[in-house]
Parts: sequence; C-alpha cells; structure tokens
Amino acid sequence: MKRIGHTYKEEEMINRTRFDLSTLVPTLSAVLALLVHLLVPNSPRYTLKPLPYFTILLAGVIAVTLVLAALSLFSQRVRERYAFKSWFIAAFLLLLNLLNIATLKLMLLPVIYFPNPDRILKVFADDWAFILKCLGYSLRLLVTGYAIGALAGMTTGILVGWSRKWSYWVNPLIKVIGPIPSTAWVPIALVSFPTTFAASAFLIALAVWFPTTVLTSSGISNVQNSYFEVSSTLGAKVIHKIFKVALPAAAPSIFVGIFNGTGASFITLMTAEMMGVKYGIGWYINWQKDMLSYANVYAGLIVIALTFSLIITLLFRVRDRILVWQKGVIKW
Amino acid sequence: MVERLTGEIRAENLRKEFIRPDGQTVVAINDVNVAIKAGEFISLIGPSGCGKSTFLRLVAGLARPDGGFLLLDGVPITGPGYERGLVFQDPTLFPWLTVFENIAFGLKVRSTYHDKKQEVQDMIRLVGLEGFEKAYPHQLSGGMAQRAALARALVNHPKVLLLDEPFGALDAFTRMNMQDELLRIWQERGTTMIMVTHDVDEAIYLSDRIIVMSPRPAKIECIINVEMGRPRGRDLPDFLRLRARILQILDFAGKREEIQYYL
Repeated sequence: MKRIGHTYKEEEMINRTRFDLSTLVPTLSAVLALLVHLLVPNSPRYTLKPLPYFTILLAGVIAVTLVLAALSLFSQRVRERYAFKSWFIAAFLLLLNLLNIATLKLMLLPVIYFPNPDRILKVFADDWAFILKCLGYSLRLLVTGYAIGALAGMTTGILVGWSRKWSYWVNPLIKVIGPIPSTAWVPIALVSFPTTFAASAFLIALAVWFPTTVLTSSGISNVQNSYFEVSSTLGAKVIHKIFKVALPAAAPSIFVGIFNGTGASFITLMTAEMMGVKYGIGWYINWQKDMLSYANVYAGLIVIALTFSLIITLLFRVRDRILVWQKGVIKW
Repeated sequence: MVERLTGEIRAENLRKEFIRPDGQTVVAINDVNVAIKAGEFISLIGPSGCGKSTFLRLVAGLARPDGGFLLLDGVPITGPGYERGLVFQDPTLFPWLTVFENIAFGLKVRSTYHDKKQEVQDMIRLVGLEGFEKAYPHQLSGGMAQRAALARALVNHPKVLLLDEPFGALDAFTRMNMQDELLRIWQERGTTMIMVTHDVDEAIYLSDRIIVMSPRPAKIECIINVEMGRPRGRDLPDFLRLRARILQILDFAGKREEIQYYL
C-alpha cells in the first residue's frame, strides 16, 4: 500500500518526541554568564570581598532551564510555550551578564550608584526579613486606601450616573476636585488626619476615587435605554435596573476607571511613603538613598516592580472573569 | 388548549402627543378606539411614522397617553409590567448574561426563580435553543437571538405579547420559520399578540385581524378580518386578494396625506 504523509497518530508520535533547539538557548546564555563571572577576573580597582550570590543565582537558573528543556522533550504544550519565551529569557540573562561585566569586571560605571549584581543579591540575602516587613506595611496602606477609594468611587459613580439630582449637585464638585493630583493634598492631609497612615490612606483613596467615579458614572449614563425598557417590561424595579442592568452594562467602563486608579494609587503610595509614613517599601528606598546604599535601593525597586506587576496581573484576571461575556467582542 | 382567557386590551379615544425639539406639539395618535379580544392575534400595519410603535409603547406602559383610556382587562395601564411582554426588532438581549440567564431574568427580578427554574428550561425547549443555554448573545445568530428574546418575554407568562417588527431584521427564510414558530407558541399558550409590522404578507399570514393605520396623526383607517384557516398558503387566491386590498388601502391612505412610506 502506497502511503503519502503521516497519519494523525504518527504525526502525534513525531510531535511527542520532537526536539526544539530554542529550548536550550536560555541555558546556554546562563552558562555563558556563569563562565564569564567565574573566569574573567574582577576589576583590579574592585577591593571588596568576592560574594557567592550571582554564582548561586546562575547555577539555579541553569538547573531550572535544564529541567524545562527536559520537560519540553515530553510535553508539546511546555515545549511550545517555553520555546516561544526562550529567546527573551536568554536575552534577559545576557543583559545580566553584560551588567555584571560593566560593573564588576570592568567597573565602567560609578560603583556607588551602580552596584554589581552580587551586591544587590546580597541585600536580598541579608535584609529580606526587613524588606518583607516594609512590603507588608506598604500593602496594608495600599489595600486600605484602594478599597475605600474604589468603593466610594463606584458609589458616587452610580449615584451621579443614575440620578439627575445627584449629578446636578455632585458633578461640578467632581469636575473641580477630581483633577487635582492627590499628592497635591499632602499638606492638608497631614494636618487633617490624626496619623500619617490615615492621611496616606486618604490620599490613596482620593487617587482611586476620581477615575473610578468618572468612568462609573459615564459608563452608567451611556447604557442603552432599551436595556432599561426591556428590563421594566420583564418586571424589574429600580433596584434591579441599577444592580442587574446598569452596573453590569457599565462594568467595562468601570474597569477602565479602576485600572487608571490603580496606577494613581501606586504613585500616591510611593509619594506618601517618601514624605512621612514610617516603614513601607517607598520609605525604605528613600532611607537607603540617603545612606548612599544604592544596592538596597535597587533591591527595593525590584520588589516594587514585582509586587505592582503582580497586582496588575491579578486585576486583569479578575476583569477577564467578570467580563467573560465580552470575549471576542472588545479587546483592550 | 388555551391557557387563559385574560389579556383583553381596550383603547378609547386614545391620544398621544410629542413635543418636538423646536417646541411644536405633534399628535402621534389621535382618537384611536379599538377592542382587542383576549387570545387574539392582531397586526398593526401602516406607513412609517404612523404611530404604530407608539401604540405598542403605550400598551407596554413605557409611555403615558395624553388623552382617552387604555385598559388591560378593564384596568387602566399606568406603567410597565411583566404581564405585557415586549419584543423589539433588535433582540436587546443583555450581553453580559448567558442565554439561560437572559431568559431567567424576569423570574429572578420577580423572585419567583426558585420555584420556576424548570420554566426556563421549558422555554428554551419551546423556542428550540437547547444546547445554547451557556452561550453569550454575541455568539448567537440573529434568528437565535430573537428566539431568546421571545423566550425571555414568554417566561413571565404575559397576558399580552407586544411585538415591534420582531422579524424585521431577519432574512426571508429565517423570518418565515420564526413566523411559524410564533404561531405555534400562540396556539399553545393563547397569549394575546399585538404585532407591528411593515410586511403585509406577515400580517396576513399570522393575524386574526389586521389594523391598518393612517399616517400622522395616526388613526385607524380600517380593521380587516382575516377569515382564513391556518396554516395559510401564501399563494392562495384569498391570500393574494387580501394582500392586494391592503396594499390598495395603504396606497390610498398614503397618497391622501402626501407622505412617503415604505412597505
């Protein structure tokens, strides 16, 4: 029997054992970085004791990437996803390598402001408990202010978007007070609240409140009238029209407001912490800067970057769940 | 066979005005008198802008009359209510709810969902949407969306179902299917049906009586009894004769008012 091509089953077998060269690129990049780190001598001007952390990190990376490459041999899904990301990961490791060369090996940059990777990693190794404590303080403040701001924003947004009377009295206030960056309120907040924590929470709440209010109310007032008409012929009362029609219909707009508010809340949190709140990651960075411990500053920045992008990712997940009905309709 | 005998609509000297943006008052409906029997299938036909949809909105309670009376089973209509279901040309399904949730909406807001959960499933079967319960509106075709809209109105067991050009946006083939579907539901449930349409064939195919309206201010030009058994062949001599007659009346009514219209 003559056969052309492969059957599906055979195709599957081939896929199962196929090897993709890209899955080894990150490992190679990490090995290169490790070799450079171990074999190239440090700059003669570098007088501090050598540290083991960068070596440990690279060894760990090599181990993990090898495991992923091995898994890629068996799972098509892992292989495709890992092969897709592998070039980016390799490039990132190369960047670390170059950074290490520029700082530790050649000392091209002022050593005080641009510490080598080993020194930044050392901060995590020595100071992790205190950094975590600061992060905890920051998150407590952020969550308090954010929750108050988002809830208040949605409430005023619903009232203004739904009722003419509320819109008449409150809208001008929103228009005038809203655009003031919440950090401009610092002098007033600090004297109006009993603690700096309360003052900062208020500022964060204010930062979240404005965009949430504006986009909730505009979302609600833009809901097609026919939805309300249909719902009332189905027996809906005012309360249903608000919570079962207006709110879900305005949800995409509300999320835009919440995302804007999230960005504003991060800015406000950092400002508040650099201006008076004790502890917190922003305070940590500011304090370390004053002591010229730039390795600690970078460590703080890394923690902030990871935390905030985690928060944003979580918010996107929540949004995708709630707005699952929009899938295929709107993408942003 | 017939579930209920309520759902009688009576209009006496009904009048509705609108105020145009330039401040002038326009009479949309003037002196309309009509008695629609419970369980009857009525079509309203007439030139564009003749107040047919306004009449429907008045019955739905989405607009208030400016004169005369409008009664459901002898009680004045003062606002919207679930006993008068409404289906628009645009299905206006809630896009954030699945087909099942859309249909259950009426039961949920009336807090009768827990006792009548089964009704939703029955409705889905009645309109032939089994297997699409979890679909979102944007995943449905036009005909399917309109079926879901019908089911959403019918789940409340309305006494009167108001249909505002319900099949106007559908292709000819789907439309004929939906007409048969609607007849089947009507015969099964005995709901009073009031339908606004531009399609003379549709009106003849479905209705017990056809109300032909004249242009603004809308008045009833004449009421035609369709004395034909069902199902009605669309090419029977009686059908064609009636069609010609209605077109003639519409033509006459339109020319007299010097108003352009589209069928």
